[in-house]
Amino acid sequence: MKELKILGVIIFFTLVTYWGVEPLAHSIFHPHVEPADFEFSDLPPVQGKGEVATGKELVVANCTGCHSIKSQGYPAPLDNASANASYGVVPPDLSTAGKIYNENFLANFIKNPAHATKTEHKFVGGKVHPMPSFNWMSDNDIASIIAYLKFIAPKEMTNREVFVDACGRCHNMKYAKIKATSDVSNYMGSTPPDLSMMIRSRGEHYLTTFINDPQKHLHGTAMPRVGLTQEAEEQVIAFLEEIGDSKKEEREALAPYVLGFLVFMAIISLLWKKEVWSEVE
Amino acid sequence: MAKFEKANSVGEWLDQRLNIKMLNRVLMTEYWIPKDINFLWAMGMVLAFTFSMLLISGIFLLMYYKPDVNMAFDSVNYTIMQEVAYGWLFRHIHGVGASVVFLIIYIHMFTGIYYGSYKRGREMIWLSGMLLFVLFSAEAFSGYMLPWGQMSYWAAYVITNIFGGIPFIGDELVVWIRGNFYVADSTLTRFFMLHVLLIPLAILGAIGLHFYSLRIPHVNNQKGEEIDFEEESGKYLAGRKKQSKVIPFWPVFIAKDVFVLSIFLVFFFYLVFYHYDFAMDPVNFDPANGLKTPPHIYPEWYFLWSYEVLRGFFFDIGPMKASDIGLAAFGFAQIIFALLPWLDRSPTVAPANQRPYFRCWFWTMMVVLVILTIFGKLPPTGTNAWVGFFSSITFILLFLILPVVTKAEAKKVASNKEGE
Ligand code: HEC
Ligand code: HEC
Ligand code: HEM
Repeated sequence: MKELKILGVIIFFTLVTYWGVEPLAHSIFHPHVEPADFEFSDLPPVQGKGEVATGKELVVANCTGCHSIKSQGYPAPLDNASANASYGVVPPDLSTAGKIYNENFLANFIKNPAHATKTEHKFVGGKVHPMPSFNWMSDNDIASIIAYLKFIAPKEMTNREVFVDACGRCHNMKYAKIKATSDVSNYMGSTPPDLSMMIRSRGEHYLTTFINDPQKHLHGTAMPRVGLTQEAEEQVIAFLEEIGDSKKEEREALAPYVLGFLVFMAIISLLWKKEVWSEVE
Repeated sequence: MAKFEKANSVGEWLDQRLNIKMLNRVLMTEYWIPKDINFLWAMGMVLAFTFSMLLISGIFLLMYYKPDVNMAFDSVNYTIMQEVAYGWLFRHIHGVGASVVFLIIYIHMFTGIYYGSYKRGREMIWLSGMLLFVLFSAEAFSGYMLPWGQMSYWAAYVITNIFGGIPFIGDELVVWIRGNFYVADSTLTRFFMLHVLLIPLAILGAIGLHFYSLRIPHVNNQKGEEIDFEEESGKYLAGRKKQSKVIPFWPVFIAKDVFVLSIFLVFFFYLVFYHYDFAMDPVNFDPANGLKTPPHIYPEWYFLWSYEVLRGFFFDIGPMKASDIGLAAFGFAQIIFALLPWLDRSPTVAPANQRPYFRCWFWTMMVVLVILTIFGKLPPTGTNAWVGFFSSITFILLFLILPVVTKAEAKKVASNKEGE
């Protein structure tokens, strides 16, 4: 009984200290942010009637001058090094854009990339976003482009494919042997970090809100809001976990055996203790 | 020369040469421990066991770790964590072990303080224990640098910088410690040497000294009672085990230790598998970058209280610079616990709760240490800075008044006795 009281005191002091250096400190270092908004409701809805055939014409006329669409046989107009030099970043291939980006985000992105990505603060004093704003297009045109991009998009993608298409133009991922297509340090003014260990250093919780809207955590950061759908973002995070925490499954599978064994040992040792001490007490 | 006859068993053969029966008696079956103890007396063994887990997991890590600024991070986070079979398990055991060992050290230390186990012949136990504390701190600090993550780098930067405040030799000392003008490859390699060779050797030696220092005074007991070990062990050997106030190390004491140890291990491995972030700071999974200062730099939780004493003095007082006062206070905090046997002027050896004044002192100290620890992590701005300041002052004052408090207590106890 007395020993339980002592244990109680120790647990009390340990928990208060733990609470202070972990949950309390974290809540101060990382103030609470609103949950991820996969509707991108800060952007006005673009309501138009889209047609795949019109969309295709518009894309060929306006987009393939910069972007490749390899699945449809449109090669990249420039090699990566030249594209990187001209635009500061290699324009991504659009074969999967209709799948990984949220529809409304995409519409707003085409109209005004800097606004949709929340990076207008980077494009001041004569600097402009390397992709022109197609704000002269009608809502129907934009809807058509999106209808086309969705039409050509694959139905299923692996986690790795989503990652490469969404993040691979800027970020390296050494442990997955993925090298960024571009060196954006000049264009962005900061070097995107390697993402190999992000799942351990930032954790799933942070990543969920960060990828959805980087400004929430790093106010004024150069990283654009990428506009992924919830599904695509979950795939990206799953990929970060596959690479950065590849032994998670093994860890969680082993745990019950080790803990079970130790509980069993505790019971055996309690019996032994009782047996030995019955002679002296 | 001794006469050697044909031995009839391996045991006998060994006994002729190594005297193992005698050794077994002296160290095990007739090494006497008071019976009136609680599970806190198992903490020493829990520490010894945790240290062996650290040693073994460390040896496994050592087979793949590369002490080079260009390779260290990947050798840990890729090779060990992802490629080597069960490398992650060894790393988690090592990381969690390094943190939990301090939790147990603190429990062990405050048990000693609570029961007054540092006086009446037990001063050397206490001093060798403090030596272990210093060595473990150095071991933890040097080990934290090895993965070469952001916190490895910046904690190394901040802590080595502290030495720069020492008068006259400060600047040269910092360069001497780092082996360079900034924290660099030379720093990593030398701390690697310290971590895997010199400090572990010293720890092994200090553990030997600590154990040896227990032999003559014996460990204390729950009431602080002075026990006649000759007489009590005589009773035990004569079969009056229930009346005797002592028990042998083997098997009676150890049976309880093993039980406490198994409970501890359940808790420990729960942390290893499910709850390791507190011990392996996520920030340290970002590779070291000398050009990018992290927004918050803080040491591991077990250094926070003394770190807060360092930062607590945040304004200049008269001609003294804030950083100099902080450094002096920090130096005070580092050595003051070791002087406890001489600061406590009361001869009473009893649990703190049975000592009228010391009891208040003890619990105030506990609360102050918890406050220092918590505020040691928070940003030192606004009220936080003042809380840090006042708790640092309280910490120092508590030690300064201890001799007075305990002297007064001794007087009061003596006059109470006379009154009886
Ligand atoms: C002048 C070249 C140029 C043209 C023309 C152009 N883009 Fe882009 N686009 C870029 C560049 C450069 C980027 C990368 C921007 C960045 O990473 O900051 C980009 C990015 C994108 C993205 C990725 C958005 C995200 O959230 O990551 C999509 C989708 C896209 N463009 C679609 C289009 C469509 C549709 C058109 C035609 C209507 C088009 N682009 C025309 C240069 C161009
Ligand atoms: C157009 C380039 C670009 C794209 C595309 C991009 N990022 Fe980034 N990212 C950056 C830059 C630049 C930074 C550095 C930001 C800073 O330090 O302020 C960054 C930083 C980050 C960080 C670190 C945040 C922190 O807390 O320090 C993470 C995590 C991240 N990106 C994840 C992603 C993921 C996941 C994707 C794909 C869904 C992605 N990024 C797409 C440019 C990009
Ligand atoms: C980290 C390495 C350490 C190990 C392996 C260790 C081990 C032990 C062991 C096995 C005992 C005997 C059993 C017990 O009372 O728990 C003991 C006793 C003791 N230790 Fe430690 N110890 C360590 C650190 C320390 C520290 C840091 C201190 C504090 C300064 C300390 C102070 C004491 C005291 C005062 C006792 C005697 C307890 C009593 O008489 O009741 N030890 N230690």
